[in-house]
Order: sequence, then C-alpha cells, then structure tokens
Amino acid sequence: MRHLLAIDSLCREEIEAILDRAESFAEVGRRDIKKVPTLRGRTVVSLFYEASTRTSSSFELAAKRLSADLISIKSTGSSADKGESLKDTCATLSAYDPAAIVIRHPYAGAAQMVAAWSEAAVVNAGDGKHEHPSQALLDLFTLRRRLGSLEGVRIWIVGDVLHSRVARSNLVAFQAMGASVTVCGPPTLIPRGIEALGCEVSHSLDGLAEADVVYALRLQKERMSETFLPSLREYAAHFQIDTRRLGPRQLLMHPGPVNRGVELSGEAVDSPQSLITEQVASGLVVRMAILYELLAARERPAPVEGDDAQRPTPIGQPA
Amino acid sequence: MSLAAVLDMRSGEGATLVLRGATLLDPAAGIEGAHDVVVRDGQIAELAAPGAADANGGEEVDAGGLHAFPAFFDPHVHLRTPGQEHKEDIETGTRAAAAGGYCGLLAMANTDPPVSTPPDVEALRDAAREQACVPVGFLATVTRDMAGEELSEMAALRDAGAIGFSDDGLPVRSARVLRRALQYQRLCGGTIALHEEDPELSGDGVMHEGPVSAALGLAGIPSVSESTTIARDAALAGYEEGRIHVQHLSAAESIDAVRAAKAAGIRVSCEASPHHLCLTDEEVRSLDPTRYKMNPPLRSEADRQALIAALQDGTIDCIATDHAPHAPEEKEVPFEQAAMGVTGLETAFAAIHTDLVLPGVLDLALVVERMAGGAEPFGLERPTLAPGSEANVVLCDLAATWTVGEEGYESRSENSWCAGRELTGRVLMTVAGGQVAYRLRSFSLGVAP
Repeated sequence: MRHLLAIDSLCREEIEAILDRAESFAEVGRRDIKKVPTLRGRTVVSLFYEASTRTSSSFELAAKRLSADLISIKSTGSSADKGESLKDTCATLSAYDPAAIVIRHPYAGAAQMVAAWSEAAVVNAGDGKHEHPSQALLDLFTLRRRLGSLEGVRIWIVGDVLHSRVARSNLVAFQAMGASVTVCGPPTLIPRGIEALGCEVSHSLDGLAEADVVYALRLQKERMSETFLPSLREYAAHFQIDTRRLGPRQLLMHPGPVNRGVELSGEAVDSPQSLITEQVASGLVVRMAILYELLAARERPAPVEGDDAQRPTPIGQPA
Repeated sequence: MSLAAVLDMRSGEGATLVLRGATLLDPAAGIEGAHDVVVRDGQIAELAAPGAADANGGEEVDAGGLHAFPAFFDPHVHLRTPGQEHKEDIETGTRAAAAGGYCGLLAMANTDPPVSTPPDVEALRDAAREQACVPVGFLATVTRDMAGEELSEMAALRDAGAIGFSDDGLPVRSARVLRRALQYQRLCGGTIALHEEDPELSGDGVMHEGPVSAALGLAGIPSVSESTTIARDAALAGYEEGRIHVQHLSAAESIDAVRAAKAAGIRVSCEASPHHLCLTDEEVRSLDPTRYKMNPPLRSEADRQALIAALQDGTIDCIATDHAPHAPEEKEVPFEQAAMGVTGLETAFAAIHTDLVLPGVLDLALVVERMAGGAEPFGLERPTLAPGSEANVVLCDLAATWTVGEEGYESRSENSWCAGRELTGRVLMTVAGGQVAYRLRSFSLGVAP
C-alpha cells in the first residue's frame, strides 16, 4: 500500500491487515508508556483545509505515538489563506521531505492530486463528499471487535447520504467485508444512482428492524435553506433514530459530531447499544495502523530509476 | 458566396496545386473515388482521372493512398480573444483548426469583455484579417454583455458583420428575453445559437447526475437541465417562427426534444461534440478535470448511443468541437474547482475516426458529411470538392497513427480530452478559403519539375 486514498482501492486482505495491526496497537494503548519508536526521524504532515476535531487530533496523536515528527497545518492562517494553490503548497511541504501527508480538503480528488505531486505517502482524511477511508476503517475495526465478523451482517446507513463522504466510504467498506447495506433517508438526500454501488435504498425506517447495525449520519442544518428538507421537525419525525425505533439487539453508530435531537435522540446516543465513543477510541489505533502500514510495514524504497512508474499518473498528464 | 468572401482571414496567395491520385469523398456533392484534384488560384479547377491532370508548374502532391474530403467547418469554437489571450488567440486558434482539417469556424462571444457591440465585432474582424489562417466568423451576444437582461443591438451587430448570435457559456435564462430576440431576428436575421441549461437544475453540478456522480460524491447536472430548456426554446422558436441552433447536445432526452421540434416544422438545427460521441461519465472516475470536465458534462453510455443514433438519422446536423482552451492553473486543481471545457480542434476527426469509424459504428461518409455540416445552420456555404468552388480541402492519411500532444499543440492550451491517446488518421494538409492553411511538418510536397 503506497497511499490510502479511497476504500475501493483496497482489497479485503489489505483491510484485514490494517485492522489486525490496529489490534496490536490497542495493546500498546494499555501500557503505561504508550509510545513506540517505529517512525522516529520520519516526518508526518497534517494538512487540514476543513475544520476537524476527531480526525485531525487522532491522526496527530497517532503520529506522535509512533514517534514521528509532526507538522500540523490548518488552512486558516496558512498560505492557502493567501491564495496559494494546492500544487504549490505540496511543493513547499516537499522541501521537508515528509514521509506522509495526511490531508483533509473540501473537494473530491485533492488527496489523489497530492499523491501525484509529492513523494510522500498520502492519507486521504476526507476529500469533499467523496471518500473518508480512515473513518470507514475505524468503523470496521469497531464492528469487528464487537461482532467478530461482518459476514452477513445487515447495516442501515440513515440520513443525508447525498452530502456524506462517510456514507460513500462505509458503503463500500461494509460490503467489502461481507455485510449487506441499505441506505435510508428522504429522497432529496439520497443520490440518484446510488444503488449501482450494490446497496438497497429505502425512504422509510419501516424496515429498520431487520438491521443488525444502524449507522446514522450527521444532518447539516443548512440543508433546509437549500430546499432539501422542509424542516428539522419533519426530518426527525421520519428519520430520527430514537430508543423507540432502535431495538435492544441493534448496534448504533455515528461518525460524529452528533446533532442530539436531530438525527439521533439523546437517549439513543447514551444507550448501551451506542458504539459512538468506541468509534472515537478506535480512531486512534486504526490511524496508527494506517501510518504504520504505509511507512513501516515495508522498508522505505530507495529512490531508484524507474521509480516514477510506481507513482500515480499526475492528473492532466497522459497516462 | 464562398467562405472567404463572407468570413475573415488573412490575405494570401490562392493555392495552385494538384493532389495526384487522391481518394475523394464528398457525400453531399456525390463525389467519390480516385481523382487528381486540380486547385488553381484558390479554386477547385477540375477533378481529373488519376495521373491525367497537368500540374502547370504548380505543386504536385503525391496523394496516392491518401483521402481528400471537403475540409471541415466548426460552428463552435472559443478563440478567447479579446481578454484571455493567454489561453488562445485568433492566430493560435485558427492554426489549431487548420491542423484539424478545418476550413472555417465560428468564434463564440463569451470573451472578456463579451462581443456585444459593433466595435467589438469590427475589431475582431480586423484582427482576423491579419491573423486568421482559416476563415473565421464571429457571433455576437444575444443579450448585452451576456447579462441575460437586455437585447444586444442585434441589427447593428449584423451590419458590423456578426454571423449570428449566442450567449454560449450561459443559457438565455429568461424566456421573455429569448422570445424578444427571436422576434427581433425577423428584422436582422442571424441564427441564434443556444447553450441549453437550466441553472435552477444544474445548480453547482460538475458532472452528469447518475451512478458515477453518486459514487464520487460530486454534484450532478441532470439531463433534464438541458432537455427541458431545449423544449422551452424550441416552443418559443416555433411560436415566433425564429431560427435557432442548439449547441452541444449531450443527453438522450435532449435528442427527443429536438426530434419533436423538427417533426413539428420548427426551424432548429443542432450539433454534438466529439467528446460526447466518444466518452462517457465513466471517465470522470479518474477525477481528472483537464480531460473530462466540461459543460455540458460527459453523460451515460445510453446517452452516447442516442447521440450516435441521432447523428446517423440526421437529427444531429453537424459535429462541433466546443474547443474551449484553458490555462494549466485553471485545470491543475481538484475536479470541483477546475474550469469547464476541453480543446478539440486538432483531434476531432482523428478521434471520431479512431473511436467510431474504425470499429464500424459510423460510416466514414457520414462523418465527413457531418464534420462539414456546421456552416449551413448559419447560412454559410457548405465546403465542397465540386469543381468551380472555393478550394476547401483536407488531405488525410487514414492509416497514420500519432500520439496526441507528443509534438505539442498548435493551440496555446493543452487541455485536450485526447491528451496522450494514440489516434489513427492524421490530417496532412488543409486548404482553407483557397489558401494552404496547414501542412504537417513531416509531410513533404513533391514539386513538379
């Protein structure tokens, strides 16, 4: 694995390897000294063009636990604020010879472009509404710990699928591990053609009882002004997951941050079926595992002639 | 009237040469088979039996095994002049056209500022008479400054030489404004060419709405954004007995709308671009905006098949490139942020030949006919090989293969949708408006002793 750009570029074995590695880091987390020297002397750049709490903090802590040197850049207050292009920012950061760049960007394909422009291993920490592969991996890790296997597990993803990169990555990841997926939400928030990804589509929670896992998505409040929804009240009436709709055997997940009282009721968040805090804990060990698999699982390749052949073709250039 | 008489190009000597033993194909004129094509002082003087023509001391081109067609006409080109000469100008744009086998083109008016006043048209025509190596016609905006609110001075623009009108790049959003323009057209003539899109439906879309946009999380442009606007505009044209030309058709629903309008006797013509005929939205999975982001977007395979069928049955009158040059910095950004548009003049014929003619999807004769079909919708003479007409000839080697971009581009911009592809079929020489406009550097001409 050279980069982590999208879930659909990973095969099941690669996913399993990351999850297995994360298990070993979970053991490290129980020690008094939680730090390992694996990435000593290597530099990790965390480049966030969008607000983020859990993703940026867990990637940064993961890099530190692996003893990497960390540069953390947020778009506000940086040269991106001054109009520097992503390409030029990449060139600038490349001067530090980073081993990895973790990037969050508001537009699809940004991580892929950085991978083409930089020598570093690139981790997509969310690109537009496209993919959020590390979220999908931590969700798989969380579920695997709880259920052992996802084979035959029925998962409902409920909410604003249209605007959700988490929904897209998880849809692919869950199915790759043998689960079946139904996406559920109002027709305005389910993208036309999503069933081509292999999922079922429902516009009602009526069939929710069949689900083993309910994965609720965050609903951005500005969706009303864009005529996607008449009101939050109407959304909640039809699609909120509460303890009445959530059965006692069903597990509840959410990528955070939660709008209590909108997509989830407060009781559902705090219910024993909720895995939400476990997801956050998984985020750290899975992101350690991602950095490890990218940077330490194989020796750093010496720059040799013909190395270019192994890098993705830069966008805009002939393949 | 000949293209050179109506459109503008730089003055020069009329070509005098013989294409010896070329295989001719001009379906519209019923000309085919091996002939010597005798061009004298910029006119097709004679089509003679192979080897029979007298070169008269002029250039003699050994065209055995090569094909000669009426040169192509592109009714949809962005020359980016004035204001964006870093992307293209009249000289580089017409050079690209000549290299693609074109003997004429129409330039869109969405420049900076837009071509909206008679002096704008006059300045461009003056520049074309200095710089254009193929005849160029200029469209003027339908609405003043392309703002969509007031009509341009359509009659004065026609007097200044505007060939027709278009707000291309944007739709004429208001039905009221378009209706007034169609009424006013009775006074001044000039086909109104329409970019058909309902911004209420296309919104912030960046690609075709469907399974691929769903998978990529990119905002979609639904097919109905185009087709509903075509239906509206065709109804207006029918009601006002106006003449419209629908630009860059992309969706199956749009073809239905045009077909219905034509069946109802409405004076509407339409075009499709090579990239919509050859590619689908599957290409966007690469997230490469340089080659695959344009408006209208690449659509589904079903849409592509519908376009091919409509080209065959005559619903689509002509092939137009929508050649849209952009600077690298506008394309080397994430897909959603990148500029819309791809270049296409230099590759249009070769791409269609490679992707559609060689696999047996389209007849060569049909392609040749439709590649030159862009003149008539604007009241211009169709290029032809018929003796006595102005020489507008493209000489092609249909077996030659080449890699797009390997030797650079004639265009100032490099955002070709074919970049890096190997194509089969190459333009060796173009005679446009009676003058030799292009010859491939490695293509040597034999001069008669």
